[in-house]
Amino acid sequence: MNLGPHADFIVAAYAVAVLVVALLIGWVVLDHRTQQRRLAQLEASGVTRRSDRTVERTA
Amino acid sequence: MPLIDLANPTRFLALAERALPWLIGATAIAFAVGLQQTHGAPDDYQQGATVKIMFIHVPSAWLGMFGWGLMSVAALGTLVWRHPLADVAAKAAAPIGAAFTFLCLVTGSLWGRPMWGTYWVWDARLTSELVLLLIYLGVIALWRTVEDPSRASRAVAVLTLVGAINLPIIKFSVDWWNTLHQPASVFRVGGSTIDRSILIPLFAMAIAFTLLFVTLHIAAMRNEILRRRIRTLMLMQAQAAPGSAS
Repeated sequence: MNLGPHADFIVAAYAVAVLVVALLIGWVVLDHRTQQRRLAQLEASGVTRRSDRTVERTA
Repeated sequence: MPLIDLANPTRFLALAERALPWLIGATAIAFAVGLQQTHGAPDDYQQGATVKIMFIHVPSAWLGMFGWGLMSVAALGTLVWRHPLADVAAKAAAPIGAAFTFLCLVTGSLWGRPMWGTYWVWDARLTSELVLLLIYLGVIALWRTVEDPSRASRAVAVLTLVGAINLPIIKFSVDWWNTLHQPASVFRVGGSTIDRSILIPLFAMAIAFTLLFVTLHIAAMRNEILRRRIRTLMLMQAQAAPGSAS
């Protein structure tokens, strides 16, 4: 593909787009893992929400 | 499922778990189609291959404004209806909207240098877009400043509604003032001035980026709900600890 005399600007624009999208995806994925780990640690230490305890009693 | 059921965070989490794999798949397919269309798009008769920057720049600009519009609706949900997911939606949308606004500014700058001869000019469209990025950063900072999410949400909602004034300014800045930026060329009275061979790839990429926004937003809302559950559990743990005031 011939991008002409301004190829550097086009490539730079797409590179920035890839970087921003990768950072957004990375932020969401890593944040989800962090929250799941912290929630699991709290539940393992015996702290549960009232609604969860209700579910356990009715199960 | 009635819409009101989504007001329940637990139901929302269950729905998000089911929807996210489909949304991720749809986003990937949409980007494959969009990039294939972009690759096959002809050069513009005036701008040459730099028109390919438009396929990122314009959807980013739309989504930067869409993000703030979504936050404004959520702000009404917080202030008027006290919807339990409204401020979750607003908080999750802010970093995504800010990222797309940043991408719009950077790609616009990279497009402007070869076409206008400058990376930046303080004209109405560019300046109002920069203001949008700054108020996004202000909202993100405000969320981080106030520890209690319910108190932060009301302050953020007011700031968001004040910031919404900037949306029509961005949209109509090219009509109201003499700017270097081109006037509206896609959605305008009398139809688009862009040829179909370029308009189709533009819409294909806009659909792909919109699906990406929606996917990231739902995933970020899920994370925020989990974060608030953790905060509640930690408060319960602190209250139950020996020697606590309660």
